[in-house]
Parts: sequence; structure tokens; C-alpha cells
Amino acid sequence: MAQHAVELILTRQLASCLSVPIVLFGPTGDVLFYNEPAEALLGMRFQETGPLTLVESDRRVRLTDERGAEIPRAARPSAIALGQQRPAHSQMWMTAADGTRRAVEVTAFPLLAEAGGLLGAAVMFWERDGR
Amino acid sequence: MKVTFYGTRGSLATPGRATERYGGNTSCVLVRGEDGSALVLDAGTGIRAAGADLPRDLRRVDILLTHLHMDHIQGLGFFGPLYNPRVEVHLWGPASATAALDARLSRYLSPPLFPVLLRDLPCRLHLHHVPCGEIKIGPFTIVAQSVCHPGPTVGYRLADGRAVLTYIPDHEPALGARHFPEDPEWTSGWELARDADLLVHDAQYTREEYPSHLGWGHSSLHDALAFGALARVRRLVFFHHDPARDDHAVSAAAEAAVVDARPAFSAMPAAEGESFDLPAGP
Ligand SMILES: [Zn+2]
Ligand SMILES: [Zn+2]
Repeated sequence: MAQHAVELILTRQLASCLSVPIVLFGPTGDVLFYNEPAEALLGMRFQETGPLTLVESDRRVRLTDERGAEIPRAARPSAIALGQQRPAHSQMWMTAADGTRRAVEVTAFPLLAEAGGLLGAAVMFWERDGR
Repeated sequence: MKVTFYGTRGSLATPGRATERYGGNTSCVLVRGEDGSALVLDAGTGIRAAGADLPRDLRRVDILLTHLHMDHIQGLGFFGPLYNPRVEVHLWGPASATAALDARLSRYLSPPLFPVLLRDLPCRLHLHHVPCGEIKIGPFTIVAQSVCHPGPTVGYRLADGRAVLTYIPDHEPALGARHFPEDPEWTSGWELARDADLLVHDAQYTREEYPSHLGWGHSSLHDALAFGALARVRRLVFFHHDPARDDHAVSAAAEAAVVDARPAFSAMPAAEGESFDLPAGP
């Protein structure tokens, strides 16, 4: 077992203290952590799932447009934050692991170390009003 | 390796009779390898005496800075080998997101704060940024890793093939943790300290003082003990004593924390002038 970079540890600690739903991604897109407010929207508990690979998280939570078409991975804020190392924002529909479908708004930003290395991305999301 | 404390105090030098047992100089630890290599951990006010104790024929010395807070660099300009043109001095320390190590150090090592410029020092000076992967110096393999403390800060793990020393003088791994310590994977500094023969760790506050200093970048004695237990170290030395604590108070705080936490390893306050030989004899 390797220890995570301190920037990731601090982001997780911050996420644990906030009421904003936050998912923490590693540099290759694996889910490293999600906080309690995110658990409510994702329909799963971190204590039960632990970290999730990219494939595993895709299998549990589906991201679609309003007509139900899958949003390509490259167009998702998390992938833009990781791939292009810039912040990204968009609206979409999320089908949680428990089957609940919600309109959500998603903001992602890359976690770049002082020396510039990509450590991961933090993604916050909200349920949209007027659903 | 031989580990000697030249400065154990945190934040501000605190000389005087009330602190003569544990010492009043700020962070500096000298590590000598079996081949004579000399590594100096931090350049607090203790580094002046460390420089004076080095053999005159020494041709290379490495200074490993954890970060650039004043209590860790204040003695740098008073380190004798810097003024010897026959000595190669390697200075290792963290850059920031916007400034290199020399630019950051020059804010202090330049007038009006200091009369000599870094570039005018007579020694052969080499600067290196950390963290940078494994560093090899003489018999030592050294790893620097960023740790939780305000501003760019690293801790060091030094291994010579026979023993491991971990030095994390300024560290608040409990910051934001609901129940500290939790998962090693999610604990700042764990990899540096894992199975160390000797862990030199921040223990500035008592458990009662810590809540009013949350986020200042330091640990309580209890958290230092819990961190040592998580990393399964063989011995822990409390470091970075609060300037407000005299010798009696340093002993009392350490004793109370050890009685309370009952660690499976020995734990004691760092004392200026004291040495540890690693690995410890039978
Ligand atoms: Zn300090
Ligand atoms: Zn500091």
C-alpha cells in the first residue's frame, strides 16, 4: 500500500468537512474518495464500496443527457480536468447506483502539485433546481 | 549512522537557564554516516555549533531543509563551511509554485536582513529542489516527501542500509481528520515514517493546547505518539518544543502523554547535545 500525496490527503480532509458533495479522482480517473453528501446523491456509501476503478464507477453511476444518451467520457468535467488540466463545468443527468435519476450540475478542477504534476481532480456536484 | 541534536526548539530560539536541558536553539540535527558523510537537517540557530563541530578537512556537506520558515533557516548564514572555498555545500529544499529555492532563500540571505548574498558565499554551493525522487549521498538513500504544514514543506527519510531515520519537525497530520490516525494510506508522512528506527517528530503542543492552534501546522504530543504507532516506529523523539515550555514543562508534558498513551516504543523529548547511534546496540 502506498500513501497518497499530501495534496490529495488535504483535499479529502477538506471534503470530509464540507456539505458540498465532492468526489476525488486519481490521475487516471479512478475514484479515490467521495464524501458523505456525495454518498446521498451517488446512492452508495464509501465505507461499503471503497475506492472505485474507472470501469467500476462507470458501471455503478450513469451520466447521460436529458434524452438518456450516455455522455462520452472525454466530455465529462472530470475527464476534462484530468486530460486538459483545466477546470470544467456542465449540466447532465445522473442515474445513481440505487437507480435514482437526477438533474445535476458538475464542476471539476485539476489538482496540480507545486511542481506542476497532475495528482488528480476534485469534482463537486449539485442537484439542479426545477428537476 | 550517528544522529546528534543541535537545535530542538520550535518557532523561536529560547536560550537561558530554564531551557538548558532540552536546549534553546531552533531546529538542527547533524547526521554522520559511517564513511564520514555529513548531513545537516535544517538550518535553525543550532547549525552554527554543528558547523563548528565538523572536521576541518571535510570536503562536502549536505544541508537538507524541510521548509523555509525562519526557525529552520535562521542559522544558515552562520554555518562555517559556507565560507570555506574548499568545501562543496549542497543545499536541498522545496521551491514554491512561483519561486525557485535560491530566490526564496535570497529573501532572507540579502540586505537588509543579512549582509552576504547567497551567490557571494565562498564555498562551492549547489542548490537542489525537493521532493525529487531518491537522493544518494554516501551510504545514505534519502527520500523527501511533501507533508501537511503551511507552505511548501517536506519531511525526510534517511536509510543507510542498516537503519532508518525519519525527520518531520513541522507536521500536522491530524488536521481535518475526524479520528486521527485513520488509514495509513490517507495519513500525511506515513510512508516517510513507516518502520523507522528513529522518528524525530513535531510535538509542539499538549493535547489541551492543540484545539486553539488548529491549522498552525504542528502536532500535539498525543498525535505524535499516535502517528508513531501507526507507522510502527522503534523510537520516537519529541521535537520542536514550544518556546513557552521550560525544561520542567517539557519533561512533564512528555511524561504525561507517554503515561496516557502507553506506546509500544520508547518516546522522549529531544535534547540539545544528545546523540543516537543507529541501529541501537543490543
Ligand atoms: Zn518550525
Ligand atoms: Zn514551520
